[in-house]
Amino acid sequence: MTGAGYTWDFSFLWAYRSLILTGLEVTIAYTIGTIVLGLVVGLVTGLLRLSRNPIITAPLVAYVEIFRCTPLLVQIVWFYYALPVVIGVDIPAHVAATLVLSLYTGAFYAEIIRGGVNSIERGQWDAARAIGMRRGQVMRHVILPQAVKRMIPPFMNQSIIQLKNTSLVSTIAVADLLYEGTIITAATYRPLEVYTMVAIIYFIVLFPLTIAAQQVERRLARAD
Amino acid sequence: MIEIADLWKAFGPHQVLKGVSLRVERGSVVAIIGPSGSGKSTLLRCINLLEDPDRGCIRVGDREMHFGDSNRATPGDRELAAFRAATGMVFQHFNLFPHMTALHNVMAGPSIVRRLPGREAEDIARGLLAKVGLADKAAAYPSHLSGGQRQRVAIARALAMNPSVMLCDEVTSALDPELVGEVLGVIEQLAEEGMTMVIVTHEVAFAHEVADLVAFMSDGVIVESPPSQLLEHPENPRTRSFLARFHRFVGSFSGTQ
Repeated sequence: MTGAGYTWDFSFLWAYRSLILTGLEVTIAYTIGTIVLGLVVGLVTGLLRLSRNPIITAPLVAYVEIFRCTPLLVQIVWFYYALPVVIGVDIPAHVAATLVLSLYTGAFYAEIIRGGVNSIERGQWDAARAIGMRRGQVMRHVILPQAVKRMIPPFMNQSIIQLKNTSLVSTIAVADLLYEGTIITAATYRPLEVYTMVAIIYFIVLFPLTIAAQQVERRLARAD
Repeated sequence: MIEIADLWKAFGPHQVLKGVSLRVERGSVVAIIGPSGSGKSTLLRCINLLEDPDRGCIRVGDREMHFGDSNRATPGDRELAAFRAATGMVFQHFNLFPHMTALHNVMAGPSIVRRLPGREAEDIARGLLAKVGLADKAAAYPSHLSGGQRQRVAIARALAMNPSVMLCDEVTSALDPELVGEVLGVIEQLAEEGMTMVIVTHEVAFAHEVADLVAFMSDGVIVESPPSQLLEHPENPRTRSFLARFHRFVGSFSGTQ
């Protein structure tokens, strides 16, 4: 196949529209589901990481760094193929995919939350404690309201990346958009059109979200 | 009112307080002056336990805390919070809560810590904003206030807890010169009303004027004597050299007094 001799033809894709739509639904479901679960994991991890007790923080540091410093693709493959051997229980693909994606993005969220809280000036703690607030009250009424504002932009960026990250679950046969693309390719032998279409769909979903994220960021900056 | 006995505090290898003792009578004002790094701010932060002293004893009103005594349990979060609630503190950099209006900054203590109903907390806060001359700025956020206004809101916020003592940590050091007066005016008014205060300041003239006692602090220890005597005829050589440098720096100081 030479570059000049190839005739592009996207028309056959129409026949696969329901498959593509199902794939997109799965991709969006994994994105939203793992963002929510990841946020729970990240919130708990990020706030507990602020503890001064190393018995609490050491395992959390280990978790965050292991997930941040290994490739997501390797994590997915390892949880699906290696973990069942270690624990002696089979893990279905959708469970492994959800688990890894949530833990992976949760590690990043944890750092965003910890960083946001730590970015608030020491003087805010001093002033709040000086009028008699207890630790939890300082956190709830003084630190978090300010920190959340600073966490929103990195949180949105990480969540946008998460939608793209879900494409890696296709490697363990979870039927997301990319996986449906490989199915269509296998049936039609037209990978160029199929992967072009897949790329365009990701772009159509993500581009408006990045614009929205920029606008939120600008509005937050103005409100300061 | 305040009694500090043999207070020690180190940050790592650096010994900041080396056995400080200080008595402040009810209704009196003590000013602490001295060179930077002499431990003035640390002493103040220890009085309301923002710093944990290594050793010694602090009594404010009828609450007493002992440190460095292994037989006693270290005070818990609840106990510390209650102790701090009874001592107001004002900081060099104001430390207002930027996400709250002036009114809500002042209401924070009464409504969050004392859990007063909203209406009651608001009445207290509005009264105190009026007292510091900022009744019309209740709805303003700190970012829309001048330094002097911010510091006056911060004073109102501390007063809202109805503290038995006020601690002021270089409250005019971050202000433009023309804004210093309005803040000192409020402090002076509090002194006249009989508020017990400990003031760390670089305004030697102001210390002289408002304080019943000027304590000179140097290298982690306190040298104290009545204001006129200390400022005009310092006996301690360290006090003398500090004030000499200060007079040369300000120039006009001796003339205005």
